[in-house]
Amino acid sequence: MFMGYTLSELGSIFAMQAFAGLILFSVFVLMSLGLAIIFGQMGVINMAHGEFMILGAYMTYLTSQLFQSYLPGLYGIYFFVAMGVAFLVSGSLGMLVEWSMIRFLYKRPLDTLLATWGLSLIMQQAFRSIFGAREVGVELPEWMMGSLPVTDTIEVQINGLFVMGLTMLIAVAVYLLMFRSRWGLQVRAVVQNRTMAGAVGISTERVDRNTFGLGCGIAGIAGSAFTMIGSTGPTAGQLYIVDTFLVVVFGGAASLAGTIASAFTISQAQSTMEFFMSGSMAKVLTLLVVVGILMLRPEGLFVLKVRR
Amino acid sequence: MKPAIAPAFSLGLKDLIGVVILGLVLVVLLPLVLDPFRLNMVGKYLTYAFVAVGLVLCWGNAGILSLGQGVFFGLGGYCMAMYLKLEASTPEATKIQSTPGIPDFMDWNQLTELPFFWVPFKSLGLSLAAVVLVPAAFALIIAYALFKRRVGGVYFAIITQALAAIMTILIVGQQGYTGGINGITDLRTLHGWDIRTDSAKTLLYFVNAGLLIGVILLCQFVRRSKLGRILVAMRDKEDRVRFSGYDVASYKIFVFCFAAALAGVGGAMFTLQVGFMSPSFVGITPSIEMVIYTAVGGRLSLLGAVYGTLLVNWAKTSFSESFPELWLFGLGGLFIAVVLLFPNGLAGLYRAYVEPRLGSLFGRKGAEPKASPAPAE
Repeated sequence: MFMGYTLSELGSIFAMQAFAGLILFSVFVLMSLGLAIIFGQMGVINMAHGEFMILGAYMTYLTSQLFQSYLPGLYGIYFFVAMGVAFLVSGSLGMLVEWSMIRFLYKRPLDTLLATWGLSLIMQQAFRSIFGAREVGVELPEWMMGSLPVTDTIEVQINGLFVMGLTMLIAVAVYLLMFRSRWGLQVRAVVQNRTMAGAVGISTERVDRNTFGLGCGIAGIAGSAFTMIGSTGPTAGQLYIVDTFLVVVFGGAASLAGTIASAFTISQAQSTMEFFMSGSMAKVLTLLVVVGILMLRPEGLFVLKVRR
Repeated sequence: MKPAIAPAFSLGLKDLIGVVILGLVLVVLLPLVLDPFRLNMVGKYLTYAFVAVGLVLCWGNAGILSLGQGVFFGLGGYCMAMYLKLEASTPEATKIQSTPGIPDFMDWNQLTELPFFWVPFKSLGLSLAAVVLVPAAFALIIAYALFKRRVGGVYFAIITQALAAIMTILIVGQQGYTGGINGITDLRTLHGWDIRTDSAKTLLYFVNAGLLIGVILLCQFVRRSKLGRILVAMRDKEDRVRFSGYDVASYKIFVFCFAAALAGVGGAMFTLQVGFMSPSFVGITPSIEMVIYTAVGGRLSLLGAVYGTLLVNWAKTSFSESFPELWLFGLGGLFIAVVLLFPNGLAGLYRAYVEPRLGSLFGRKGAEPKASPAPAE
């Protein structure tokens, strides 16, 4: 499959595809960071995670519409506001869902899967009723358009760079929150031993609710990033849910670093192969390799060694 | 995970009566009250019941939730469809193609000869064997790789779901070999017998209903055997069963392959009755819907699974005919309600409310104290 390209052409192809993969990587990372918290830490299989992302994307769309009609002068900064809105709306809905549904199911993980799948169907139909079945897109502000030439044959898009930088920031923030803050300590305590955590005075219910909300909120931010690379439709979230789960499982469910590493591997593999074969075959091959590796190494790439 | 033994091992006589009632409903009542079109539709629903019954064993009894049953349903269906397609693609019928004698979609995709894996499907015997064996063999590979490494529960569910996604993408992508997104269509005859007529469809309905009842009896036999008891024990305390010297993985592999074979039979019957097979019955959404049929019927009840399948599909058809907007809200709400409010589905409701009354009505064991149905898993 490498026939017919010179070496330098191949280099450029790999660099450009790698960069295209990096945007996919950003969405994967943001999606799976949220899921790694919800699934890896709390053990809840949130099949509606994709819909929380799409909720964030629709919020971004609404914010951009509002800015366009009322504050056209400030359109350059709409994205930052949109991210906040997406985080808050997805996060609050997540907390509501946790309170009304998930908290009864902590002992039955497989049932959370069915219940959240039902939730995802309801959310999809709600999106369709509210925003219409047609896909919507946002207009990028002036400064995010265009691309930077790196060499003669390689160009990178500014919005891609921006999304990536943002992703890194959020990943670092999540890391600090989970591993360096008092709240993160409480979350990890509840995950490791719920009864003892409760006994030393941690309000496990509140921690659960906030953790679930945080995971959903990050999915909302992923939705904001998603608006830059794809158009938003009611069922767009479902396309990502399988990949996201594989990313989290592949990385070792409880490890944030593993999640990021596996998001990188999967997105890069897929995007590089996409150049040489059809998109569907690239996807099949990537997923098959991941499933194959998981069969050999079911605990994922990075394992948290905990005695249970 | 409470030990829920009672519902799985009720009296043999009661089960038998249930099967007879189901048989009467399917074979006598429905054909009498429904016109051939509606009857064919019920037949289509009943093919899903094969999957649902398999899931009762696999998920309800053994605690293995598979989100990839659509793959096996599809494999069975495609095996049947490939045979029917080859029979419909005789050189005479396809003489306008550039390569006569191969299925039309291959010709459209510039294939000039039959791919090797299509060749066995020229024979009816091999095709019928493949309907059961291909899904079972595929399940064997997956189950062997995963259960031997003690992957279970949530991880198993996610991996099977990924397989369902892979399968759909693969079938859609390899248009020349599989018919792509349209699937394998325009099927006409089964060994020279036209399956498109009303009388053929009615006959197929009865064959389907008979097979389903046979399958239910077989599953009841499996459940009441020692094997069935080990499955339940495994679900509730896997380590204890392992420490007692049983090879847990082998039992899991068996039950998963068994459920896959049943799903394959369902898929083949689907192809025969509906007249085509397409990737839309393979992917994530149909696979998870099959789980909900089982959940609505009651994950521990074989008969409940059949009624659950019929009920959900009937609701789906009538809702999406009259209020397409509301259907997804209804289905989503159903998922949540079943999980939160009635974890044992219809069968649980029946056991809790109908059965005690029936008992007192017939003055037989009316005062028998009924334990509240223990929530499975």
